[in-house]
Amino acid sequence: MATLLVLLLALPAAGLVVLYALPARQAARVGAGTGTLVFLLSLVLLPLFDYGHAEQMQGQLNVPWVPAFDLRFHLGIDGISLPLLLLTTLLSALCLLYAVRTTAKDESGRAFTALLLVLQIGMVGTFVAQDLLLFFIFFEIVLVPMYGLIHRWGSGEERRRAANKFILYTLLGSALMLLGFLLIHAKAGTFDMVALAQRHGLGLTIGVQEGAFLLVGLGFAVKTPMWPLHTWLPDAHTSAPTVGSVLLAGVLLKMGTYGFIRIGAGMVPLGAHRFAFALGCFGTVGIVYGALACMAQARRGGDLKRLIAYSSVGHMGFVLLGVATLTRVGLDGALFASVAHGLITGLLFFIAGGFKERLGTTDLYTLGRGLYERARRYGVLIVFAAMASLGLPGLAGFWGELYAIIGATKPAPGLTSLGFHILMALAGVGMILTATYLLLVVRRLCMGAVTGPNGSTRYEPLPDLTPRELISWTPLAGLTLVAGLWPAVILALADPAVHHVLGGAR
Amino acid sequence: MATSAIFGIQSIDYTTLLPVLLTAGGALAVLLADLFLSADRKQWLSWGALGVIVASLAAELALWTNRTGMPRNTFCMPGAKGGTPTSALSCSYVVDNFTLTLQTLVLAATVLVVLMAPRRFKVPFGEYHFLLLSSLTGALVLVAARDFVTITVALETLSLPAFALVGFGRRAGGEAALKFFLMSIASTAVMLFGISLVYGATGSVFFGRVSAGLSHTSALGGAQAQVAGVGAVLTLVGFGFKISAVPFHFWTPEVYAGAPIPIAAYLSVVSKAAGFAGLILTVELAFRPYLHSLGILLAVLAAVTMTVGNVIALRQRSAVRLLAWSTVAQAGYVLVPLAVSKSLQVSASVAYLVLYAVMNLGAFGVVSAAFGDSGEAELKLPSGGELAAYRGMYRQRPRAALALAFFLLCLAGLPPGVMGLFAKVAVFKAAMTGDVAWLAVVMAVNVVIALYYYLRWAAVLFDVSLFGAARLTTTAPPAATPAGTLGATPDSAAALSPTRTLPTLAPKLGVGIAFALAVVFSFWPNPALDAVSTWPWVVSSGPAAAAR
Repeated sequence: MATLLVLLLALPAAGLVVLYALPARQAARVGAGTGTLVFLLSLVLLPLFDYGHAEQMQGQLNVPWVPAFDLRFHLGIDGISLPLLLLTTLLSALCLLYAVRTTAKDESGRAFTALLLVLQIGMVGTFVAQDLLLFFIFFEIVLVPMYGLIHRWGSGEERRRAANKFILYTLLGSALMLLGFLLIHAKAGTFDMVALAQRHGLGLTIGVQEGAFLLVGLGFAVKTPMWPLHTWLPDAHTSAPTVGSVLLAGVLLKMGTYGFIRIGAGMVPLGAHRFAFALGCFGTVGIVYGALACMAQARRGGDLKRLIAYSSVGHMGFVLLGVATLTRVGLDGALFASVAHGLITGLLFFIAGGFKERLGTTDLYTLGRGLYERARRYGVLIVFAAMASLGLPGLAGFWGELYAIIGATKPAPGLTSLGFHILMALAGVGMILTATYLLLVVRRLCMGAVTGPNGSTRYEPLPDLTPRELISWTPLAGLTLVAGLWPAVILALADPAVHHVLGGAR
Repeated sequence: MATSAIFGIQSIDYTTLLPVLLTAGGALAVLLADLFLSADRKQWLSWGALGVIVASLAAELALWTNRTGMPRNTFCMPGAKGGTPTSALSCSYVVDNFTLTLQTLVLAATVLVVLMAPRRFKVPFGEYHFLLLSSLTGALVLVAARDFVTITVALETLSLPAFALVGFGRRAGGEAALKFFLMSIASTAVMLFGISLVYGATGSVFFGRVSAGLSHTSALGGAQAQVAGVGAVLTLVGFGFKISAVPFHFWTPEVYAGAPIPIAAYLSVVSKAAGFAGLILTVELAFRPYLHSLGILLAVLAAVTMTVGNVIALRQRSAVRLLAWSTVAQAGYVLVPLAVSKSLQVSASVAYLVLYAVMNLGAFGVVSAAFGDSGEAELKLPSGGELAAYRGMYRQRPRAALALAFFLLCLAGLPPGVMGLFAKVAVFKAAMTGDVAWLAVVMAVNVVIALYYYLRWAAVLFDVSLFGAARLTTTAPPAATPAGTLGATPDSAAALSPTRTLPTLAPKLGVGIAFALAVVFSFWPNPALDAVSTWPWVVSSGPAAAAR
């Protein structure tokens, strides 16, 4: 299994070499091939994984790299990384396939594909690294490619500013995060994430844990993003090309929540405990704020991509609330919501990208109405994604948020019960607001008559789903349904691992 | 103790001195050869100079391989047997891990500087390379010096040729050289005054004895300790000037912009590394007893240096000026580990210097190759060109653009420039283990500021809008475009011209070497990081030193 993990990192790198060895017009196909291959390889992990011991780090590879830093090339997966890893390889593959006929087909397609492959290395590496410093390196690898995607292939006047904002915000966060890691290393004497998780904060004083959590948490909070550090997100999403948005929302944000769960809650538990309520508050504010911002976007002049971006702030608020409870249920919910958000928001951004391609805009009011008539299957897909996003039971969006709220009813011992109940109520309000704006969007886009009262056509018909879009999008829709109907697929994996992270079953 | 009595009976270990002797002899040989070569063959002098440096490097490698556990000393005070640790206390020239690393660094860096130069601008080849080698000799001696007299002489040997080299600059060279000269001698004067105070308080110029004397005087306290303290601070000024730490940095942008680009690269890497070596030697060996108070001073110096450098770099529009301010900021990072007084973190500084040398020389190399060329291009694009002139460089010269982007990301410390990331981590780690967390936070903020301007430049390279796209169409048949009409396309023009001679090859070779080194260090930074991990073992008296 360790070989497989290395292969998952090496294949995109090999793809890069092939990309530049072959003529430029083959670039998109090389990219798609590599993406598919990596995804298929990651599927091989499924039968190899030992589900009876999902809490254990499996397939470990541990070789020294830079002794001066105590940096080791240490890989491994457990029940927390596996779903996120599969989500990453799936979304990367879909994006690379999708790009074959869109962004990557023009002359700069080679550079575009190359950036996607580098991005993939960083994303996969983040979820399999088991050394804090190695984790940090992979965490940083994603920055430049994403910056390049937004800066060069983005749309709109603001794209350069948005790209700069994205990378500067994230780098400030991750520089502080590095300081946190170094603080942990200075006091605990190791970067080994397995050993640190095993110790669960043992040997670190409260002061150190609080300092480390604050530093590390700031890095993850920017990435997640947590209100009020989210301001880079709407700009970046609005400007990014479709696949950039999909990967940004689908995977990059998950790096933040993954870090919160594994490093924040798992390695400096006392620090996490100290700041848990604050984290919950910020998360809940994010839920309500995200929903309100979306309602504002649903009005005239609103932008669909920006709306989805703000909805991400809300959804990630639920994830943060789940983490903040520091309970098994809450963390399960946070993890589930992360994966679900990756699927649903990925789908939503693909849909928004489809609009961009067809009509050249994502402005909600220029898109027109009556999609049920103009492009039937397209409209249905929007409704499906919107329903999943608002948390309709039976679809993936439901379970994570439910679990997060259940977690808040009974937070970890020592956390203010009353406070979390208030947060829970506010989060409930946020859910209602979420439903409101999504229904507004559905009404705005899908419903309404295409023909005017005098029989004139008010909106041109749209091309319906193309085969390429079907290939890229149905896996996401299908998995949304599967995860909604059978949440145990993910929870059975995550629950033992989360229990382990919280210091149980040592 | 009268010095005349000492020098009469010293035995000199010439193998230890071999790199210095080779370089100094080579300098004279180059100057002499210049007299006998006809004008069209003078470009061979640069290859001769290169040969000299490579020979010195070989001698250096021999010293590396013949390392025993002990440092090799020479020019020692009589009575002390060479080779024993205690004798290091009063030797003027010591070759240990630190010396070997820094000497290798300055030699290898000068190789790249020489490769940048040939025929790039109209300079008298003989003088140019003679001065460069002379200055290099000073740098080699400086990093091995272990007493204040030797270090001062070496510092001047390093600086004096550099003034003249700056003067070769085509545009504001003379003015820059004068400014450089005046500020340099002022700082040297202050430093000499400081050294005289320290000598007065301790009665010795050898680092080991000064250190012992300072522990003695500071234990006694009173006026003598204060005099020694003032002397120590003033001594650091001279090195502060060399490394362009902030209150002493004013010369940097003017001089870099006025000097030929290879000389700017030389100043920013070799001269700076030598200055840091001097600073490290004096602080760690001579002024160790005062390290607690000096540490605070250095910490403030580091914070101010990096912040000022980065903030001003944000506003720069010309390539070399931006690099100049960035080297000011980078000097701040190198100072950070020195500010740690609790434990010995010098190896982080040295590691940073080594890694920084590679990436900075790479960046200067591309700038020099792209825009420092002879002919119209240089007239139109003084000091490496405006950043705007780099727009769409990727279309024109993809490999050069990729290399430049890579080096800039290294300087910013962001993957794929993993080497730069490692350098930053080393410094951060030193700060965090040394309990100057506030400095680490200041540096973290600075890294973000720095990223902005490095990235802005890197992004311009790949920009295809407006100018870049226009150029693509006009240069569709590259031969039709005269070199340098639109920015510069000297390389494509040179490639097409029948006389593709060595001089066009050399800069590419230089950038290629730097790039290869950068890639190697990105995957295997251990040689740089571990180079001086056990230094200085001579003063392993404190528990802190033993902890390393």
